[in-house]
Amino acid sequence: MDTKNIMIVGVGGQGSLLASKLLGHLLMGRGYDVKVSEVHGMSQRGGSVVTFVRYGEKVYSPVIDKGEADAIVSFELLEAARWLPYLKPEGRVVTNTQRIDPMPVITGAAEYPGGLVEKLGSSGAKVDALDCLGLAEEAGSQKAVNLVLLGRLSHYFDFPIEAWQEAIEACVPAKFLELNRRAFELGRGTA
Amino acid sequence: MKKLILGNAAVARGLYEAGCAVASSYPGTPSTEITEEAAKFTEIYCEWAPNEKVAMETAFGASLGGKRSFCGMKHVGLNVAADPLFTMGYTGVNAGMVIAVADDPGMHSSQNEQDSRHYARAAKLPMLEPSDSKEALEFTKLAYELSEEFDTPVLLKMCTRVAHSQSVAELSERREPEAKPYKKDPQKYVMAPANAIRRHPAVEERLRRLADWAGTSGINRVENGRDSSVGIITSSTCYQYVKEACGDRYPVLKLGMVWPLPDGLIKDFAGRVERLMVVEEGDPFLEGCCRGMGLSLSGKDCFPLTGELSQNMVAEKLELDVPKGRGLSEELPNRPPVMCAGCPHRGLFYTLKKLGCTVLGDIGCYTLGAMPPLGAMDMTLCMGASISGLHGFNKARGPEAGGKAVAVIGDSTFMHSGMTGLANVAYNQSDSTVIILDNSITGMTGHQQNPTTGFDLRGDPAGRIDLEALCRAMGIERVRVVDPYDLKACEEAVKEELAADGPSVVISRRPCALLKYVKHKPALKVDAGKCRGCRACMRIGCPAISVKDGKAHIDGTQCVGCGVCGQLCGFGAFKEG
Repeated sequence: MDTKNIMIVGVGGQGSLLASKLLGHLLMGRGYDVKVSEVHGMSQRGGSVVTFVRYGEKVYSPVIDKGEADAIVSFELLEAARWLPYLKPEGRVVTNTQRIDPMPVITGAAEYPGGLVEKLGSSGAKVDALDCLGLAEEAGSQKAVNLVLLGRLSHYFDFPIEAWQEAIEACVPAKFLELNRRAFELGRGTA
Repeated sequence: MKKLILGNAAVARGLYEAGCAVASSYPGTPSTEITEEAAKFTEIYCEWAPNEKVAMETAFGASLGGKRSFCGMKHVGLNVAADPLFTMGYTGVNAGMVIAVADDPGMHSSQNEQDSRHYARAAKLPMLEPSDSKEALEFTKLAYELSEEFDTPVLLKMCTRVAHSQSVAELSERREPEAKPYKKDPQKYVMAPANAIRRHPAVEERLRRLADWAGTSGINRVENGRDSSVGIITSSTCYQYVKEACGDRYPVLKLGMVWPLPDGLIKDFAGRVERLMVVEEGDPFLEGCCRGMGLSLSGKDCFPLTGELSQNMVAEKLELDVPKGRGLSEELPNRPPVMCAGCPHRGLFYTLKKLGCTVLGDIGCYTLGAMPPLGAMDMTLCMGASISGLHGFNKARGPEAGGKAVAVIGDSTFMHSGMTGLANVAYNQSDSTVIILDNSITGMTGHQQNPTTGFDLRGDPAGRIDLEALCRAMGIERVRVVDPYDLKACEEAVKEELAADGPSVVISRRPCALLKYVKHKPALKVDAGKCRGCRACMRIGCPAISVKDGKAHIDGTQCVGCGVCGQLCGFGAFKEG
């Protein structure tokens, strides 16, 4: 098979590292060659962050380039739009509808664009937008947005649910396990 | 066992498997996790040193003492450690010694884009360059073998994409090497001129032997291709971009050792292809060496000297199909990194901006004080330059400086190389005001302990240097501590110390808001009846505050109740949540 590419994008501090860790574990367990590329350091301080997850028979580059992503998983709406050029023309965007104003918007130097869900859709991308923050709160913590998103993403894989559950158990600290399971199920729509 | 593992963790695993016993490093993105991961193995003594020079000398001492040793740093850290580096080439080692240096092409978290390969050539040391986690682990172990066989420290060059990518590596068991006996040998280890003169020819001879090894060992390998109209010489993550873009279409000479280079192997490869291309990030290092062998090729005439390369860039230059994506037509607002909500640096920077200070800055999270709307930084150069820079600035300008210039430096950076600058201020008597932003941790690199925190790398109790006592002992009589959440106290302290004769130190002390032990107040709330929408609270650039429908709005997911915004509000619109 060709290498598949998933991007996880968001704002530094939103928990994308757990999402990529979990995906990496899941894909390794399915027998794929896997590469995951992360961002550490200064960009983590509230900046735009991206994680690349690539899997297939043999993966070379650790990064995803423009026009290559099969899916973009986004923690924040503006970030989904920012990384859109990396999506394949027929690719899928799974995004949280949460809006986090960047500093130029906060200071009034720029405006947060309106109608982003529609604009993403009219670009040709298949868009699945949902209120992950609300669902995470329902699960018990705002910090569980990452598992809500992964739950939603799981729709678009053929992997058995048990594989996802095993990955969650392996990657989430025991004391947050129940909370994260609930968040995943709420995202998947099976709760 | 196969494992999906971060490049830096793979280096740490290599240290473990190779029987490394002592690791001393200074944190720096993208190198930090090597030593953090190594510390998870109880067999390796691991520590954070105050700076990279100390770390390297510590590792050298451990090698001299007969145990395999390690130090790790980012590219600019190697500048700090360059002094021991160059002469360690002359002394060689006792037990094996490996130095990891992590470059940051694209400057994800760095102040420059320097190419560490020049150090290998300049210091006449071998440099290995892995292209993924598997090689990071293997090359680390190989580096120890080389170090002991050739009696030399070995450089292991990482870059952001290798250090911070997870890929699959094969793990094996630790092999505990026998400790080397320590034998007094001044002709090898005392680098006074008479001995160093005798050592230098040995260094040159060692490089010749290493170059021979590089040609035959298999660390540099030719991968055949179907089409020899182009042959590509590459290494590190660029090798991955090349393979991604062209698979096995063109022959590739993949270099795992970038210094010294195997001339014979390279010339032989060049002779088998019609056109030679070098694909490398950073400077035309391999390109220059190949040209020096009389080869003609394309390299930096195709690829940029700045930033990172990518598979699409390689595909484009080789005239292969390039995937195309489609973005929105409108321009989107940027999202630069910002100081976190509740960051203790914010109140101090607001004060400096309000007072119109000239701010000589340093390296750390607080460099973000340069960003709008605070914009309270005039200079950032390198670790420690704030204090020495301020001293020079004040000596040059004298009374013209108008008592407005200050230095700001973090606690960890002060221990790294700020102390010597302060010694100069005290000794050569400048009327300088130095502000130490003490957030009780090394923040930017992800919370590493340092000599002022009282804890060691593993979080166990350790020696603790008292900043106030240290500054006083260095001869600074005016030393005071202020809470950066208290704007009035900050303003008073900075004004008074700027006005005072002689040098002074203000310690702005409050732990980083992201530290787990810090207890926060509930998020503040805005009383919409009292808020006049004057935007005074927006001047501190807090990511938790925005204006919605003409009124201040607090993002409850971010606000930690620090209360700095409330001190700017003239109408008492912020209330405790």
